Amino acid sequence: MSKNRVSRRQFLSYTLTGVGGFMAAGMLMPMVRFAIDPVLQSHGGGDFVQTELKVTDITEEPVKVDFSFEQVDAWYKSDVTSVAWVYKSGDQIIALSPVCTHLGCMVDWGADSAHPDQFFCPCHAGRYEKNGKNIAGTPPTRPLDEYDIQEKDGYLMIGPTKANTLS
Amino acid sequence: MLNKIYDWVDERLDITPIWRDIADHEVPEHVNPAHHFSAFVYCFGGLTFFITVIQILSGMFLTMYYVPDVVNAWKSVYYLQNEVAFGEIVRGMHHWGASLVIVMMFLHTLRVFFTGSYKKPRELNWMVGVGIFGVMMGLGFTGYLLPWDMKALFATKVGIEIAASVPFIGGMIKVLLAGDTTILGAQTLTRFFAIHVFFLPAVLFGLLAAHFIMIRRQGISGPL
Repeated sequence: MSKNRVSRRQFLSYTLTGVGGFMAAGMLMPMVRFAIDPVLQSHGGGDFVQTELKVTDITEEPVKVDFSFEQVDAWYKSDVTSVAWVYKSGDQIIALSPVCTHLGCMVDWGADSAHPDQFFCPCHAGRYEKNGKNIAGTPPTRPLDEYDIQEKDGYLMIGPTKANTLS
Repeated sequence: MLNKIYDWVDERLDITPIWRDIADHEVPEHVNPAHHFSAFVYCFGGLTFFITVIQILSGMFLTMYYVPDVVNAWKSVYYLQNEVAFGEIVRGMHHWGASLVIVMMFLHTLRVFFTGSYKKPRELNWMVGVGIFGVMMGLGFTGYLLPWDMKALFATKVGIEIAASVPFIGGMIKVLLAGDTTILGAQTLTRFFAIHVFFLPAVLFGLLAAHFIMIRRQGISGPL
């Protein structure tokens, strides 16, 4: 016998807590895993979406390009329309995401009459240069995201976003 | 560590008497399966409550994905069962637990009946128990429609026709349940959902509280 004898009461309380804990865990584990599933689900990289913009029509001036795709939202499938700001820099085609990096509003090109050559966010007056670089002293903390792009049969294709590579 | 936290709170709020009041109570020899194995029949009430807790928990988690809408209900159930991790298990717990609650409740009723535990002074607790039985049946009936599959739809059509056969007020009960005089559809589903997850559980909690307070007040009935 060791000095620290486990009393009958202690033994019972340990075994009951253990068995009870095991049962509670067996019950709760599936439910918690079920609840946190959206956090752990892997998302496939997006496909490229055809736009109606001819590559030859793209100029140095940013234009707003709508593109639609089928979005699968769990059990709900729908056609959604996203927007890209597209322009040509030299012979490189740039497509910027319109989503402000401050709090997610939609930016507009040249909407602020004081800064016609910048992207402007109406929510908190965030501004970006043409290449998407955020202007110091305005709310955004990083540049506008950039879309991957492709060309197919002379038309522009827009893919998933990535961090801005221009600024 | 946990002991220290407990002591810290207990020193300030004196919580020991609260849980002592709930946890410390006499378990007579004749209801303890360790003394007489046949005393396991006294476990059915506790088992009913245990499964009810599982029903409440699994139901809460299911509503994270379920939508009570005629277009999306079935799709959301299909999604949560086949696309979400452990969805089959969580829905399975709720599905099988629903039947098991009824079974356990029935066995508990038989035990109370054959040990004569419903007799004076425990008549009121029997009545509350009958109320719980009714609420459980209601939960089973309203929950059955929610997956919005063919079986659910036609079972509910039949159930509502049975309710409609009540003399004098049957027609009103039918409209009250279905939300429409002829259609069993969008309004029926939202009504059944509201009844299933808000109204009946609220009633159930009240009745369960009364059931448990009364049994603590009166103690467990004596041996045969």
